[in-house]
Amino acid sequence: MTEDYINEPMLEMFIYETSLLLEQLEQKMLENESDASYKEEVINEIFRHMHSIKSSAAMMLFNDISKLAHSIEDLFYVIREEKPVHIEYSVLSDLVFEGIDFIKVEILKIKAGDEADEDSSELIQRIGCYLEQLKENNPDLKAATGTKNSQKQQQFYISNNKKIEKSNHKHTYQARVFFEDGCEMENIRAFTIVHNLKDFATELHHEPSDIIESEDSVETIRATGFILHFKSNRSYDEMHQFFSQTIFLRDLELIELVHEETEPGTDVQQTPVKVKGNEENKTMNAAASIISVQVDKLDRLLDLVGEMVIAEAMVTENPDLDGLQLDNFQKAARQLKKITSEIQDMVMAIRMVSLSTTFQKMNRPVRDMSKKLNKEVKLNLIGEETEVDKNIIEHLSDPLMHLIRNSMDHGLESPEEREQKNKPRVGTITLEARNIGSDVLIVIKDDGRGLNRNKILQKAQLNGLLRRPEHEYTDKEIYNMIFQPGFSTKEEVTEFSGRGVGMDVVANNVETIGGVLNVDSAEDRGTVITIRIPITLAIVDAMNIRVAGSQYTIPTAYIRESLKPKASDLIVDPNGNEMVMLRGLCYPLIRLHERLHQSTERTSLTDGIIMILENDEKGFCILADELLGQKQVVVKALPSLFQQQSHKVEVLAGCTLLGDGSISLILDIPRLSS
Amino acid sequence: MSVNIQDELEEDTQKGKFLTFIMGEDFYGIEINHVREIIGIQPITEVPDQPEYLRGIINLRGKIIPVMDIRLRFGKVFMDYNDRTCIIVVDIENISLGLIVDAVSEVLSIPDSEIVAPPEMNKGGHHFIKGIGKVGAEVKLLLDCKTLLVKGSWDGNEQLDTLGG
Repeated sequence: MTEDYINEPMLEMFIYETSLLLEQLEQKMLENESDASYKEEVINEIFRHMHSIKSSAAMMLFNDISKLAHSIEDLFYVIREEKPVHIEYSVLSDLVFEGIDFIKVEILKIKAGDEADEDSSELIQRIGCYLEQLKENNPDLKAATGTKNSQKQQQFYISNNKKIEKSNHKHTYQARVFFEDGCEMENIRAFTIVHNLKDFATELHHEPSDIIESEDSVETIRATGFILHFKSNRSYDEMHQFFSQTIFLRDLELIELVHEETEPGTDVQQTPVKVKGNEENKTMNAAASIISVQVDKLDRLLDLVGEMVIAEAMVTENPDLDGLQLDNFQKAARQLKKITSEIQDMVMAIRMVSLSTTFQKMNRPVRDMSKKLNKEVKLNLIGEETEVDKNIIEHLSDPLMHLIRNSMDHGLESPEEREQKNKPRVGTITLEARNIGSDVLIVIKDDGRGLNRNKILQKAQLNGLLRRPEHEYTDKEIYNMIFQPGFSTKEEVTEFSGRGVGMDVVANNVETIGGVLNVDSAEDRGTVITIRIPITLAIVDAMNIRVAGSQYTIPTAYIRESLKPKASDLIVDPNGNEMVMLRGLCYPLIRLHERLHQSTERTSLTDGIIMILENDEKGFCILADELLGQKQVVVKALPSLFQQQSHKVEVLAGCTLLGDGSISLILDIPRLSS
Repeated sequence: MSVNIQDELEEDTQKGKFLTFIMGEDFYGIEINHVREIIGIQPITEVPDQPEYLRGIINLRGKIIPVMDIRLRFGKVFMDYNDRTCIIVVDIENISLGLIVDAVSEVLSIPDSEIVAPPEMNKGGHHFIKGIGKVGAEVKLLLDCKTLLVKGSWDGNEQLDTLGG
């Protein structure tokens, strides 16, 4: 029972921390690979991360992960300590990446509730071989690494050696460990320390002693810290380093005691050394101060805040208060209003996440593929700080990955081919994000061979996709056919792409988040794919208008101006199309009440208000009954019923809740104009 | 048909329980496991380009759900809403929907043995009904919720769907 109780959060923590470490590790590796050498700090970092993964995996009894992490740790120990000169960096990176991938896959399995059953011994063996090779290549190391090896052996068979070593332990330490505030499960973290210490320490006593069994221990550790007494062979510096590696460490007091009985206060020789998050901890803490929250919880929070705003309005504008002079009440109500609006802003801001993680993730496939396909590629990331709603980001990374792979595989030529074409050997893929009004534009650009218009046409004909004579299609229309199902112009199927189930999946994914895909290309100059993610799910500056009895919302990004028209501004062409002439420019007129099939008394042009909207440089104007004002709104999706084909509402992009609890419908301006 | 009903009910922990509501003179029943809550009539925001029976959407504590007027859905005349008018919020195949009814009556247990399949009739309408439950001397028409969402399932009265445009 208690076992179950502990296991769940522990597992969650393990998964979370390990994934975090792996991500940082991958990042560091990629940053340094281009330099063809590892900086000392990077080596240290890899070593440390692997060490953390090793110990936490061992604690959770994921032996294969632990062993693998251990072997990588050993490898980097050698590199760190002996600083060999001849290192084949690319082989080394491949090994580490393989290791990272292995652990990632296992973590995924664990997450899904499966057994982490993959056998890592083959990989470990290869790492071992590499280590051997490393030593051979650097003969001067042999002696030195020999000692390391014996040390390693010692570590390995600790349980056997423990009793023998016991008498030899000459240093006695007292340590007091404080964890970060809010890191949760301090008792389990403490247990990890104890578990790791057992490898080289004896006579281990800790306070509180019943860390796992008692729930109160968490409180005690939080209040007074986790106190350890133990004996060990290791020097003060080594011990200090050991403790510094603890995850979520906030403060550490480590004292070497001359006599076991000595009170820490009376010890003059070794005054307590307080370490306040040294450098390595800082990097860890920077990552640790971020917590991951389930998106549904945020959604729920957003809903609740919305309700609170409405409830607040119901209280402060309660009809019962009419005609009463309530100075104090009004003062308190203003305060309440201020706080609620701040909470609302905050909740909205929480959901916004920068694209950088998603963009960074692309480095890896680019690296792997460039090796496998023998292409030289540079990935440029621009505007990765652009913020997008969390929900959108989740749906974005798969399509992006796919598009990048496609560019790598189909778009870019081999270095030789590029040289023949007088292009730089190294191909460039640019991934760019920027805000356009309330939309986010993501551009994937390569300087490869471009799309082959004729091939696409042929293929389209084969699949029966052409509905008009060939020559009537514009280049753009033809290029956009690649997003149709079953379309791949590459003859042979490769490991990465070419099964023809790529681009239409991308298109579908982008569509689910309400985005629009566009592709343009020029022969031998490259391909540009743009993804425009619209307002949906985000917070938008918008103008509220009234048409007949309903309120509608228009994102301000589309609005150029609004004005009261004169009757003489209206022009009607022989086909009955209405236009409005303003300052010498002519705009088509859409009467919203007609378009939305609503009946209103204000049918004449001069009764209403005209708004000039702009979409893709195409201007048009709409006639609404009146303007209600501008505000920030949270875009909500329409209920699922209206997303079904039979009930689809073409002209609506979503809806939003107004301060008084009523609903306003958000107009889909691009659709309205077409 | 009756076999199907039984199958469905058997899996159900709240089996045999129906929420009954009044529409004009008739009593209708709806399986209680579909029902999420009952609320009074709320301000409704009209959604364009929808059949007339889909009155629009309401804000149910931050959640936006569509509402359907059952009277109009069944091709009856529209009746103004009053303080007895209720919205029964139901979940049908993961779609939340509010049903506007004249008034809610009570929750009844109707055992399978008391439910008969609707007879085949030439006149349209019974497609919404999957059974007729007998309670004492009264009968309750048991609603088949799934058909409510299907456009044009109204046999012999197709013009209903074109009403709303």
